[in-house]
Amino acid sequence: MYEIVAREDFSGSTFLLEVKHPLLAKATNPGQFVIVMSQADGERIPLTIADFSVDDGTVTLVIQAVGKTTMEMQQRCVVGSALYALVGPMGRPSHIGKLGKVACVGGGLGVAPVYPQARAFKENGAYVVGIIGFRSKDLIFWQDKFEKVCDELIICTDDGSAGIKGLVTDGIHMTIDKHPDIEEVVAIGPPVMMKFCAEATRPRDIKTTVSLNPIMVDGTGMCGGCRVSVGGEMRFCCVDGPDFDGHQVDFDELMRRLARFRDDERVAMERWSRSENCRLGSEEPAIE
Amino acid sequence: MAKKTIRNIPQDRTAMPVQKPEDRVCNFSEVALGYSVANALNEAERCIMCPQEPCVKGCPVQIDIPGFIQKICDQNLRGAYDVLTEANLLPAICGRVCPQESQCEQVCVVGDHLEPVAIGRLERFVGDTAVSEGWTNEPEIEPNGRRVAIVGAGPAGIACAADMAKAGCEVVIYDALHRPGGVLSYGIPEFRLPNSIVDDEFGKVIQLGVKVECNTLVGRLFTIEQLREEMGFDAVFIGTGAGYPSFMGIPGESLNGVLSANEFLTRCNLMQAGEFPRKDTPLHMGRKVAVIGSGNTAMDAMRVSLRLGAEQVHCLYRRTRTESPARAEEVDHAAEEGVTFHWLTAPVEILDDGESNVRALRCIRMELGEPDQSGRRRPVPIEGSEYEFEADMVIYAIGTNANPIMGQTSDLELNKWGYIEADEQQQTSLAGVFAGGDIVTGAATVILAMGAGRQAARSMKAYLGLLDPQEMAVSDADRPRIFGIDARQRNFHRVRLAV
Repeated sequence: MYEIVAREDFSGSTFLLEVKHPLLAKATNPGQFVIVMSQADGERIPLTIADFSVDDGTVTLVIQAVGKTTMEMQQRCVVGSALYALVGPMGRPSHIGKLGKVACVGGGLGVAPVYPQARAFKENGAYVVGIIGFRSKDLIFWQDKFEKVCDELIICTDDGSAGIKGLVTDGIHMTIDKHPDIEEVVAIGPPVMMKFCAEATRPRDIKTTVSLNPIMVDGTGMCGGCRVSVGGEMRFCCVDGPDFDGHQVDFDELMRRLARFRDDERVAMERWSRSENCRLGSEEPAIE
Repeated sequence: MAKKTIRNIPQDRTAMPVQKPEDRVCNFSEVALGYSVANALNEAERCIMCPQEPCVKGCPVQIDIPGFIQKICDQNLRGAYDVLTEANLLPAICGRVCPQESQCEQVCVVGDHLEPVAIGRLERFVGDTAVSEGWTNEPEIEPNGRRVAIVGAGPAGIACAADMAKAGCEVVIYDALHRPGGVLSYGIPEFRLPNSIVDDEFGKVIQLGVKVECNTLVGRLFTIEQLREEMGFDAVFIGTGAGYPSFMGIPGESLNGVLSANEFLTRCNLMQAGEFPRKDTPLHMGRKVAVIGSGNTAMDAMRVSLRLGAEQVHCLYRRTRTESPARAEEVDHAAEEGVTFHWLTAPVEILDDGESNVRALRCIRMELGEPDQSGRRRPVPIEGSEYEFEADMVIYAIGTNANPIMGQTSDLELNKWGYIEADEQQQTSLAGVFAGGDIVTGAATVILAMGAGRQAARSMKAYLGLLDPQEMAVSDADRPRIFGIDARQRNFHRVRLAV
C-alpha cells in the first residue's frame, strides 16, 4: 500500500495527491508516468507524474475527477489513506536537451506534468517560456511554481479573468513571434489542445513534443491497448512513449480511441452515483 | 505381482470427466473436472514401468514419472506428491497446462501400441489431492547468505525462485503487475486454470521463504545493473516473458473493437472485466467476435468470449487445422462449445461502421503451397477470393514479440529480434545475470519456461559456488553444510560426491 501524505484541491474537480514511494521518487525523470489502482477491484489508470521529490520520498499526481474511478478517488483519497497499487516510473523519460530557448505549454490537467519538464530545462540552462491555460482564474494552480522555473510565464484563460484571454495556442503564437529562436515546444494537455499546439508550430517547423495518455491496462507493453499512430506507424505509448513528435501524431485517431469505453463509463458512473458510497451533490458523508 | 505388459494393462486410456459443452459455456468453472481416485488408480496401472523411461527425458523438468505413478499404484498419494515435487513444485498447474502430448506422453512406450499413459492427468490428480489435503513439502533449508533477485513472477521466475530458495539463497521476486503469476494469472482463463490453484501452488513457493514484491517495474524503478551493484544481489534471473503483442499492419487495426488477445485476456482474467460494472475495468464485449490466429491463446480468447455472452465466435486462420499450433484438446473443446473455424482464411483489412467501430473484416482465402522454414506448408492467397465478413470485435492472437524494457534500460545483449541473448546455461552477456523463458526463446509454453528457470537455477548455483565440488571440498567454516542443501538436485556433481 502506498500512503497519501498530502492532498490539495485546486477546484471542484481537480486535486493533487502526494504519495510516499521513495524508490519511485528517486527513479523518476520528467515525462514518465505511473499506473495507479485506488482499490483491489479498481481499474488500472495511467497518470503522468506531476512532480517528485527525492528528499521527501514522494511523487505528486494531479487528477481530474471525470469518471467513476477518479470521482471515487476524489472522495476516498484523503491524507493517511493509501493507494492499493502504484507502479512506475513507466515510459521513456523526456529528452531534456541542452537548448537555448524552449516553451513549455500546459493546458488544464496538463499544466501539472509539464512542470517537471520546465524545471529540468531550466536546470539545463535554457531560457524557459511557460504557457499555461485554464478555463478561468479560480482554476489556476501552481503559478508560483512555474514562476520560479520560467523566465517568462504566460497565463491564458478562456474568459480573460486572468492573464491573456485566449487559448494556449494564442500564447504559443505570441511566444514564437517574440522569440523566433525557440528551439522546442513541449505541449501537454487534452489531445485536442496538443493537436492545435502542433498545428501552431508546424508552419515554422519548430520541434514540438507532446505527451500522450491513451487507454492502457498494464503499462509495460503487454496489452497493446495504448497503440497510437505516429508518422503512419503503430507505436505503443507505454514503452515507445509517452513523448512523441507532435507533428507526426494522429490525434484524431487518439481521440477516437480514448472514447472506446464511453458507453461503459457512463454505465459505471450511473451505477456508482446511485450507490450509497457516492457522495455526489452532498456536502456530508453519506449516512449509513 | 506379475510384470505389467502391453497385453495385461487396461487397454483404454481412462477418460477425463468434463463439464458438458452446453453447461460449461455458461460458466467459468473448470472444463476438465479431474480424475477420481478410481480413475487415477486405473490409469496408473497402464504404466508398464519400462526400464528406458523415455517420458523422463521428454519432460522439460525431468520429473521421475514412473516413480510417482508407482506411488499412485501403491495407493501412496502422499508419496506420489513427494516424488513429483522433487522436480516440480507446481504439479496442479503443469498437469493442466503442459502440452504432454508433445512431451512425456509423445514418447511413452505404451503409446507405441495403445494410447499413451495419461501422465498429465495423473500429475494433475496428485497436485489437486495435495491442494485439497493441504500437503506441503518444506525442505530443510540452510541459509547460505547469498541473495538472488528474480525479475518476473511467471512460470520461469517461480521455478528458478523455488530452486534457489531450496538451495539456501535469500530470494526476492519482482513483478510489475499487482498480482504474481505472470501468464498464469493474466493469461490463462479460470476454466482452464483456476486462480485458486495458482494461488495455492504459488503459496508453496512463498513458504520456502521467497519474498514477492509486486508493483515493481524492474528496468525503470531500478535497473538490472543496480540490482547487482547497489542492491546487493549476488545473481539475477530475468523471466519477463515475451508479452508484446503482434498486429498485422493491415488497415483498420486502430478501430475501436480491435484488441490483442493479451489485452482481452488481461481485462478478463486479471482485472475481471466480466464482472463490470461491479468491478471497475470495462471490456465492451462484442456480439460477433472474430479471433485471428489458432494457437492456445486464440482458443482461450474465443472460449472466454463465448462465456461473456458473444453470440457468435469465429476463428480465422491462414493455414489449416493440421498446422494449428494449439493443442488438439483445446481446438476440440472450442469446437464443442460452438466456435466456428475458418481455415485458410486471412484478414486483409478491418472495416469501420462510420463511427470508428469495427463493422466487418475483408478476408482472403488461402491455399497451402510449398513448406516454409518452419516445415509447415506456406499459405498463399488465392487471387480474387476476397470477401467481407461481419464482426463487431476483432481479437489478434497471432503471437508476441520481445518486450523492449530490459533492452532499453540495461546493457544486456539482445538478438536481432530483441530477445535477450542467453546460452544453453541461460547465462546472459552480463556476469551473474541469467535469463530464461519467453524473453529468451520467444513465445513458448509454461513448462518450457519452467525448465529454463530450473536450468538457470543450476547455472546460478554453479556461478555462486554452490555446486562446484572442489570448492565444496575445501569449503570453510562459513559454509559447512552446503553438501546437504541440494540433495534433491539430480546432477553429476552430487553423484561424484556421494561416491
